[in-house]
Amino acid sequence: MSAVGTPVTRVDGPAKVTGAARYSAEISLPGMTYLAVVGATVASGRVTAIEADAARAAEGVLAVLTPEELPKIAAEPHLLPSLVGGPAPGESFFPMQDDVVQYAGQPVALVIAEEYEQAHHAASLVRISYQPTKSITTIEEGREQAYEAQRLFGGLMPARSERGDVEAGLAGADVRVEVAYKMAANHHNPIEAPSTVATWDGGNLTLYESTQGIRATQQTVAQLLGLPIARVRVITRFVGGGFGGKAMVWPNVTLTAMAARYVGRPVKLMLTRPQMFTSNGHREEQEQRIAIGAARDGRLTAIRHEKLSITSPFDDWAEPATGVSSQLYGCENFLGVHRLIKGNTMTPTFTRGPGESLGVFTLETAMDELAYQLAIDPVELRVRNHTPVDPFGNPWSSDGLVECLRLGAERFGWSERNPAPRTTRDGEWLVGTGVAAAAYPIAFFMPPQRARARIFADGSAIVQTSTQEFGTGVLTMATQVGADALGVALREMEFQAGDSDLPNSTAAVGSAGAGMVSSAVHAAGTALREQLIALAVSDEQSPLHGAGPGSVKVADGHLTSAERPGAVDTYRELLSRNHLSDAEALGMWRPPPLDTPHGLLTFGAQFAEVAVDPELGLVRVRRLNGAFAPGRVLNPLLAHSQLMGGMLWGMSQALLEGNHMDPRYGRWAETNLAEYLVPVNADAPEVRVDFVDVDDELVGPLGAKGVGEIGQVGAAAAIANAVFHATGRRIRSLPMAPELVMDPAVGGR
Amino acid sequence: MPLQINGRQHVVVLEPRVSLLDALREHLDLTGSKKGCDQGTCGSCTVWIDGRRVLACLTLAVAASGHEIVTIEGLADGDQLHPMQRAFIEYDAFQCGYCTSGQIMSAIKVIEEGNAGTDEDIGEFMSGNICRCAAYPNIRAAIRHVRDEAGGRS
Repeated sequence: MSAVGTPVTRVDGPAKVTGAARYSAEISLPGMTYLAVVGATVASGRVTAIEADAARAAEGVLAVLTPEELPKIAAEPHLLPSLVGGPAPGESFFPMQDDVVQYAGQPVALVIAEEYEQAHHAASLVRISYQPTKSITTIEEGREQAYEAQRLFGGLMPARSERGDVEAGLAGADVRVEVAYKMAANHHNPIEAPSTVATWDGGNLTLYESTQGIRATQQTVAQLLGLPIARVRVITRFVGGGFGGKAMVWPNVTLTAMAARYVGRPVKLMLTRPQMFTSNGHREEQEQRIAIGAARDGRLTAIRHEKLSITSPFDDWAEPATGVSSQLYGCENFLGVHRLIKGNTMTPTFTRGPGESLGVFTLETAMDELAYQLAIDPVELRVRNHTPVDPFGNPWSSDGLVECLRLGAERFGWSERNPAPRTTRDGEWLVGTGVAAAAYPIAFFMPPQRARARIFADGSAIVQTSTQEFGTGVLTMATQVGADALGVALREMEFQAGDSDLPNSTAAVGSAGAGMVSSAVHAAGTALREQLIALAVSDEQSPLHGAGPGSVKVADGHLTSAERPGAVDTYRELLSRNHLSDAEALGMWRPPPLDTPHGLLTFGAQFAEVAVDPELGLVRVRRLNGAFAPGRVLNPLLAHSQLMGGMLWGMSQALLEGNHMDPRYGRWAETNLAEYLVPVNADAPEVRVDFVDVDDELVGPLGAKGVGEIGQVGAAAAIANAVFHATGRRIRSLPMAPELVMDPAVGGR
Repeated sequence: MPLQINGRQHVVVLEPRVSLLDALREHLDLTGSKKGCDQGTCGSCTVWIDGRRVLACLTLAVAASGHEIVTIEGLADGDQLHPMQRAFIEYDAFQCGYCTSGQIMSAIKVIEEGNAGTDEDIGEFMSGNICRCAAYPNIRAAIRHVRDEAGGRS
């Protein structure tokens, strides 16, 4: 029986519900000391003096490190996404190398003390003088300096995409929609703060790190410290959420290693909640504009999609926002452009549904407006514009968009909808429904992925790779995949991860984790199975001796062959007869080439019902339905959870989350979970997730396309479209806060 | 100072400014109670003091001395999980697991307090515990299950 595809509960469940699961700040080592980081309070300028005598004299303080004491890094960091598989600093900048301040919160001094309280108290005693210079931290302040970016993602991708003649396509269209949105910055806010424990043993460094990429951490820290990669080991048992904020390697990790080397003892850093707003990137403040032209029958003739956003002084970073709008629908004329403003923030970074979730928001709210202009049902409009090929004419590796729209519409009861806005009431509440398509790119930037499978004489087995569990369920999923690949029962299989000494697995980002890990684990389990089958058929004492290897099947550790009816061998007996205490095999999965002749998107459809109080501006999401085609669903229980979480992230993006810079000081206005709103239980409606089956033979041996991002994409657009349907008003900013939704026409009633 | 935790007496030497949460995590190696915000906004540090749910990050250890403290580590009876722990696994009421200790400590009390009658009530009275993975519908399902198994005790 196959373990893959069954709703197995999490193998780490017992550890997590009993509090036994250890996260990175929960490692205890003899002689542990505590690090507190002092961040800059200005956004731009120079440090003119650091007065640290009082801090140095405070009880328990072991060291105060300023740029004078801190060693210089061995190499300049160059930003490159961790999915590429090499060093992956979050920004092309390392603090405390000189006296320049580039952004508020940038580390300017480190305090190491015996106790946590002592470190933080002493940090409060460090007096820093600045010579501030004028900062730019908002789009409004920097608008005149905007420039068109050439490359994004550390040079990995072009920033402009163009085909046909978009202006002619717009000019020749029967109808046009042109809209613009302002989108506030987002912060990941995992509940576990980024945490590091660093300990040195001679020239060898061990890091216990809360990261989505232990190999990326290993390589980045080795590079910055000038150490051989082999001398840096990263261990990550559990991560308390990532959402992109732990996808890259930020300066605090290397600073902790430097502090530990300086004091000669283990050092623990756990960032404070306010520090999380200035330490691990954010989704940048941005504006998006889109112009769509269509013929009377709804067929698109042109799309022009532009994004303007703020980046850091040292990186051309923007989450790519036009990758989906350039290919989701058939359209001959397209232009996608990213414009940037250099501002005094740290380099922004991946945030769940990176780039494309807001790009799709813009596209899909514009499609809703187009549907109203043309008086075509919004589901039907999308179906009409579906294309079986990508813009290069390559067929999708697997599709499912139309099926998702149809299934979602049926399950949601879409056909009962009266399309006229502001026509449905429930008491004082205005009720509306909305739809949006969802799509997210699949990226094959990663190097080959490896795993090791090993079986022991008692029939128990283990599969290992250097990935990490941050809530995706990878430990459970990989156990299932490993058991099936080797042909043993689920209870016999262990999956081990969380250690950079294990075979290579690249950072789990961009919804690539499930595909990479399942492919490598499958390859390892299969390689070991084939090795053992070869042993059995050549073993004269095996009941299967002489059978064709291809004829041998293995299940639950039992080997059988159609060529030998009734004959059974077992892994245990096979190993025992051959005097083997174990057997092992490495497996490797090589991703398809970047120029594979396939379109690469994961598809879905989102449906939302909202109730709006027009006087108070409150929006309550009553129902969220999503239908998705993520390829093979490895574990429906866990996939459902991840998609549901993504959809609620989309709700949050639509209604709750946003941070703003206070331009007077160049600092974030909201730096805690009371002011930066994230959904609480009462905000979350019931969520329905349906799957559309699609076979995908390209993306990996199991055909899994990933579920980390697609749940979020389109959810905010479906909600915004529902708000329009409820109220008759389009809100042009995210989040759609009550003061924006509040209807002036009904005020003072 | 003496601290009575999960039915066991601990004696620790602590500065008066040490929070109960840091006492548990940094001094007693009881790391099941989580530090999410250290500001009383996320609920991941929820423990019980004298049977009431409280935020360990906003409680000084010295103020908890002499009171009965229960943490997530005190719920299971050996290998026998508390029904709420079992329900959280069965309904997949967590993903990363970092808020889970606090969610479970709150969830048990929400039923005991009589505030788990409807989904709206559960949502409201569980809103002090943030789950960034947004497992909320599954958390409500787990609580409903335990409430109904308890035979309408709430």
